[in-house]
Amino acid sequence: MISLKNINKSYSIGSNKLHVLKGINLGIEKGELVSIMGSSGSGKSTMLNILGMLDNYDMGEYYLDGKLIQNLSEKKAALYRNEMLGFVFQSFNLISFKNAMENVALPLYYQKVSRKKRNILAMEYLDKMGLKEWAMHMPNELSGGQKQRLAIARALIAQPKVILADEPTGALDTATSYEVMKILKEINDDGITIILVTHESDIAAMTNRIIRLKDGVIEKNIYNGDLQEFRSQNLLNENEIKKIHETLV
Amino acid sequence: MNFINTDKLQEIWFTIKQNKLRTFFTAFGVSWGIFMLVVMLGAGKGLHNGVSTGMGDMATNSMFMWGNRTTVPFKGFPRGRWVRFENEDTKALKDQLPEIEYIAPRLQVFAAQGQNNVVRKERTAAYSIQGDYPAYNKIDPSNILQGRFINDNDIKDKRKVVVIGVRVLEEMFDKDEDPIGEHIKIRGVYFRVVGVCSSKKNDQQAEQENQQIFMPFSTMQSTYNMGNRVGWYSITAKEGFSASVLLEKAKAVMKNRHSIAPEDGRAIGSFNVEEEYLKMARLFTGINGLIWIVGIGTLFAGVIGVSNIMLIIVKERTKEIGVQRALGATPWQIRKQIIIESVLLTSVSGYIGLVGGVGLLELINYALTTFGANSDMFAHPEVDFEKAVTALIILVISGAVAGLIPANRAVSIKPIDALRDE
Repeated sequence: MISLKNINKSYSIGSNKLHVLKGINLGIEKGELVSIMGSSGSGKSTMLNILGMLDNYDMGEYYLDGKLIQNLSEKKAALYRNEMLGFVFQSFNLISFKNAMENVALPLYYQKVSRKKRNILAMEYLDKMGLKEWAMHMPNELSGGQKQRLAIARALIAQPKVILADEPTGALDTATSYEVMKILKEINDDGITIILVTHESDIAAMTNRIIRLKDGVIEKNIYNGDLQEFRSQNLLNENEIKKIHETLV
Repeated sequence: MNFINTDKLQEIWFTIKQNKLRTFFTAFGVSWGIFMLVVMLGAGKGLHNGVSTGMGDMATNSMFMWGNRTTVPFKGFPRGRWVRFENEDTKALKDQLPEIEYIAPRLQVFAAQGQNNVVRKERTAAYSIQGDYPAYNKIDPSNILQGRFINDNDIKDKRKVVVIGVRVLEEMFDKDEDPIGEHIKIRGVYFRVVGVCSSKKNDQQAEQENQQIFMPFSTMQSTYNMGNRVGWYSITAKEGFSASVLLEKAKAVMKNRHSIAPEDGRAIGSFNVEEEYLKMARLFTGINGLIWIVGIGTLFAGVIGVSNIMLIIVKERTKEIGVQRALGATPWQIRKQIIIESVLLTSVSGYIGLVGGVGLLELINYALTTFGANSDMFAHPEVDFEKAVTALIILVISGAVAGLIPANRAVSIKPIDALRDE
């Protein structure tokens, strides 16, 4: 589904040049649930932005669903984002003057789907997220968990191939975080590839694969089966793992 | 997809509601601009209406010519000799100057110092009496209210008939009395009334003209012992000929006939309506140009205000625009939204200014008409439909232009930077 070949990216800050990504090679299969971890400045957000076509890269090749994503025009990038990607942000980024239903329907608006049709679809997705009775409420009337569920519904409505989540649980408490993760796992079970950036190891542990970035390169690629190894690195304690398994079951 | 739909209007309504005071002031700038433009255009038109009604329907290619005293000795004649036009001059002018359209020799019997010269039954009054040809009503027409103007047979037969001004009718006749066929006595001679006319001008000029009595030119010459004298000429040039050139030619003909030195500039007096008219036309072109420059300038200031506010709105909503773009809004969709918002803001506020301006003009017009204050300087201020539509088109275009810079600013920011904006 996703293939990165020797991706390089640097920012120029004043006269200095900051080399953020130093040759990323990565393949992600369809249906994977991947988390990207790393300390701040490791380049994880930059990588997600490149994956999301929100930012461009200096060198290398990025294939999404077999299409080379390189030097796209803004129009083309908008089209690809709309058709292939769904975004979930840490700060939800809901449109404040649109009610829940209209927020969910927004990606379809850009696809020029009729208002009636997209509202019907939006109601379906709201129902899936258990937010049907909140359809006419404005975002500021919802709780954090509800907002994020709303954002997930919005990411899903255009039936994307990949969902990109930038710290989706960053602004939520633990219980709500796990609730959101559970939803993401359910979506993943339907065959949608999910890539999320997080710095919380318990959240990362709920994914099938963890990519650890350090100083702009992939330091480790940990698969779910290797949680043992993960534990040996003392990233998680016994209790946490137990709790995670409880929530997942 | 419709250019404007519920979602776009919702977004615009939200931005307006967000900051009502700011929106109001922005809108006011545009409203005021168009208001000023409309009011000034109306006032300019009022000035034009006033001055042009002052001229009535007088032919703009006409001129007047009369004899004065010579100022240069010539061919043995001393200076200071009176130049008197005669019937033969009329014929000579007609024969020698084919570009003459109408030529009306005229005579006048003044009411000497308030001395009453017109009598009917017990009533007496002083009016100015004109001796005219039918052509005069073509050169400086008045409204014929009843009957007719002087005709060719009146001239030929030297009939004792008169056409009276409407004020004469009011003063010399009873209300509801039919004046046609009635007789009035002018300086001791009875004349039959054949028509009533009123001036097309306004103010004092109209008042003066409504106190006139017209009689056939030939009748006046013979009745009041004027021989073959002509008081002055009223002449119009044929289409395509300049009245000013014709005037010079006519003067040359007269100088030749009356042995006046060619360099004598004061022996023949004249008044050139065409020249006056052109002067006035140039003046109004100037005034109109000034109005448009000032009006468009004021409007432009308002439009810049809109552009500024739109820039601020775009800045405030940078993050939101970033989210919209992440969700798949194309740059054009973002641009369109901002331009439509700008156009809507300018055209709605401009429309309010337009309605306000037209309303004020109507009010002034109503007041002027009600209190009879229309004068030969200012009358019936109005803005024609064409100009109003032009102003609206200018508004929509300038709204779009005002939105262009903010719209481009909105899409020039990379979506990722827009998303990061706090």
